[in-house]
Amino acid sequence: MNVPIDTPAALLDLPLGETVNLSRRRFLAGTAVGALVLGFGLPLGGARVQAAAAVERGTQVPAFLEIRPDSSVRLLCPFMEGGQGTYTAMAQIVGEELDADPATFLVDSAPPGETYVVMENGMRITGGSMSVRMSYPTMRRLGALARAMLMQAAAEQWGVPLGELSTEPGKVLHTASGRALTYGELAGRAMDLPVPDPASVKLRDPSQFRWIGKPVRRVDAYDKSTGKAQYTIDIKVDGMLHAAVQHAPRLGMTVGNLRNEEQVKGLPGVHSVHRLPGAVAVVAERWWHAKRAVEALQVDWREPTADSKVRPMPADFSSDAWREHLAAQQGPARDDEREGDIDGALANAKTQVEATYHNQYLNHAQLEPPSALARFNPDGSLEVWLPNQAPDMFRDDIAKRTGLSPAQITLHSPLLGGFFGRHFLYDSANPYPQAIELAKAVGRPVKLIWSREEEFLRDVLRPVAVVKFRAGLDADGLPIALEAVSATEGPTEALAGKQGEQIDPTALEGLSGKAYAIANKRIAQVYVKGPAMLGYWRSVGNSLNDFFYEAFLDELADKGGKDPFELRLHLLRDNPRLTTLLHAVGELSGGWKRGPFTAEDGSKRARGVAMASPFGSQAAVIAEVSIEQGQVKVHDIWQAIDPGSIVNPAIIEAQVNGAVALGLSQTLVEEAVYVDGQPRARNYDLYPILPASRMARVHVRIVESGEKMGGIGEPPLPAVAPAVANAVAQLTGQRIRSLPLSRYTFS
Amino acid sequence: MELRINQQTYQVEAAADTPLLWVIRDDLGLTGTKYGCGLAQCGACSVLVDGNVVRACVTPVAGVVGREVTTIEAIEADAVGKRVVAAWVEHQVAQCGYCQSGQVMAATALLKHTAKPSDEQIAAAMVNLCRCGTYNAIHAAMHALAQGEKA
Repeated sequence: MNVPIDTPAALLDLPLGETVNLSRRRFLAGTAVGALVLGFGLPLGGARVQAAAAVERGTQVPAFLEIRPDSSVRLLCPFMEGGQGTYTAMAQIVGEELDADPATFLVDSAPPGETYVVMENGMRITGGSMSVRMSYPTMRRLGALARAMLMQAAAEQWGVPLGELSTEPGKVLHTASGRALTYGELAGRAMDLPVPDPASVKLRDPSQFRWIGKPVRRVDAYDKSTGKAQYTIDIKVDGMLHAAVQHAPRLGMTVGNLRNEEQVKGLPGVHSVHRLPGAVAVVAERWWHAKRAVEALQVDWREPTADSKVRPMPADFSSDAWREHLAAQQGPARDDEREGDIDGALANAKTQVEATYHNQYLNHAQLEPPSALARFNPDGSLEVWLPNQAPDMFRDDIAKRTGLSPAQITLHSPLLGGFFGRHFLYDSANPYPQAIELAKAVGRPVKLIWSREEEFLRDVLRPVAVVKFRAGLDADGLPIALEAVSATEGPTEALAGKQGEQIDPTALEGLSGKAYAIANKRIAQVYVKGPAMLGYWRSVGNSLNDFFYEAFLDELADKGGKDPFELRLHLLRDNPRLTTLLHAVGELSGGWKRGPFTAEDGSKRARGVAMASPFGSQAAVIAEVSIEQGQVKVHDIWQAIDPGSIVNPAIIEAQVNGAVALGLSQTLVEEAVYVDGQPRARNYDLYPILPASRMARVHVRIVESGEKMGGIGEPPLPAVAPAVANAVAQLTGQRIRSLPLSRYTFS
Repeated sequence: MELRINQQTYQVEAAADTPLLWVIRDDLGLTGTKYGCGLAQCGACSVLVDGNVVRACVTPVAGVVGREVTTIEAIEADAVGKRVVAAWVEHQVAQCGYCQSGQVMAATALLKHTAKPSDEQIAAAMVNLCRCGTYNAIHAAMHALAQGEKA
């Protein structure tokens, strides 16, 4: 049974298991909406949470959709938009079933709350390339439910049977009488109707799709081309002060004496100076004043204490020495995959191959420096604007830190100026705890921006690994055994601070889960807890592990006298999906040719191939390279990608381009180097990211196998590095067993 | 001091060495111009000063007194800028969008000086960083603009 709800109090009085309809009037009431939706299902005690969970996901139509008088549709999106195109995809999916053109949608991020948990895995995060693939049926049904409500409203208004009605984009039609009402005209009545039984709506036949599967234009393209798009760093509220921080040079150090505090208090524009955990802050009327003043503060930093709540960074930590430490690890190792008889097969192999690979630490280096705006309201409630990929987790963390109840906290999630994994809940790497503390201290709203330098000092790092491979080839030169033992710490176990019962999948994905038919294999991890704080970076474990595996596979091909493309086809002979994909990328590149060959411009070039299976999708990449002035030049990347089925081919092509850029960046130039416990680079001058001049041409073929839908934001990344490395090895004869290539000398 | 920004005159109280970026963002409230690095490395803060592209994060505000500053907020008031925006939308350039204000400014400056730039001139002028990797889309949009594409 469905009951319209107008007040939070009414929500509290609902019996268990009731389907709830948040009133449209309430929804339209602006800030009251936030409060109501926010309150839903969270602060209400165990029974109420249970009740909320009992409601079918994604059926609270008025909580998601507001249809305005001009029939434009405002969608509160459960996912954060950071460039990956999820706002557009959601407008397509909902619009398809609602029968409303995605171009008429205005999309904003939804507040925290159980209402917006729409993914089939019961989570609400924007990450893991999960948004579309995990919510697709639910968001379609949401659109269909809304359409049904609009049709019901028209039936009541006209006094005609529902069965005589149909829709066209933005309108309900009664063909028999030639009448039509726009969605805008019907919305007032429709959104106060009970939401129909979710099982009662029929979804559109995919063969009739107008927008799903089409290159629909992004809903945010114009605003982002004219400076109108607002990110957290752009938000301002009345009475707001600005803040800047100086972090301790190493995580875990604490604030001692401030040698020139009085002098800094007298600097232009300075409001106040503050001591924070592991940082000092200056609050000022202007951010520039705050930054200048806080950088002038002379702080006696104290060494971390034994009870430090964060992972302390040792004074002698160096990333190069840490790699040697990983390489020296002898175990014990835990197996993630084990098939056949690895030791026996290796012992009996005609040829044995061994190699050790490693990668580098990386920063996220998203262009928008982190910031947060905090405002305490007169009633004691707290509003926070902050970049995030998981609003409920952040809201709950703020509740824990402040002692406020979640209902007293309003979380705003503006557009993300890039994320790539940067905006998860990283205890020591987010500015909002500082912003909240400062706002409380000064009794006014405070916007804190981390300077680029402070961001590089506290960003969490993409993990490193040293992987020792052993493999065996038979008399025909074909691999019959492959072992990979990785000395590493995965990001998930790093955030937990300890190894879990199970292997951290984010440590080994890309070594584990490979599809090649090699009868005897072992993939294992030596867990090595490190001093650096780690985090998720676009495509996570795959970003390193597919490089290791696919580059080593080329070594096996060469040792066995096999062409690497042909070897992969052989090892995938019983896998029609991946065989098709590999052929697709070969065709896309004009037919597989390894080289070296001489290009039209006279340069000597070669090509490499690699594959990856990340986040439910499949990818195959061919790269063409030459050496220019001692550096690797990547001319072309051909990528065939199979995400099963798709929502927007244009956005997929853009995501492949973006993932290729990040993949090339980590392959060619990027590296976070630590010396004496501190990052060598604090800005883009010493931390190069891929510039336009080193971008490759990108050619994309989308293969729709019809398999279960996979992700798109991350899957096009992991195969880029090994394809380039394999091409370089073929061109130069030099094995590439580490990244980035800027550490190599090529002649 | 008196500033001319987007054809309007503003009286601003700021130290002479304050970067133009922070005057634009915090004093004038024009937040379309972005802070990315503060070191003239990324170009997110690009604005036009007398039609030339400059990086506002390292430009002292005193240096633009008596000059005409154009920010992204007024870009469509400029005939060339309007074409650039139309091409950016047509080619669906933006992903996260954070660098795109600066990219549009850099593109506008190039086309104001060189109506039909060669690919080499485009490559030499379009050097702002983009972490989302929209470089090929930017190049496609610029190439079309250089060919005289009408919006």
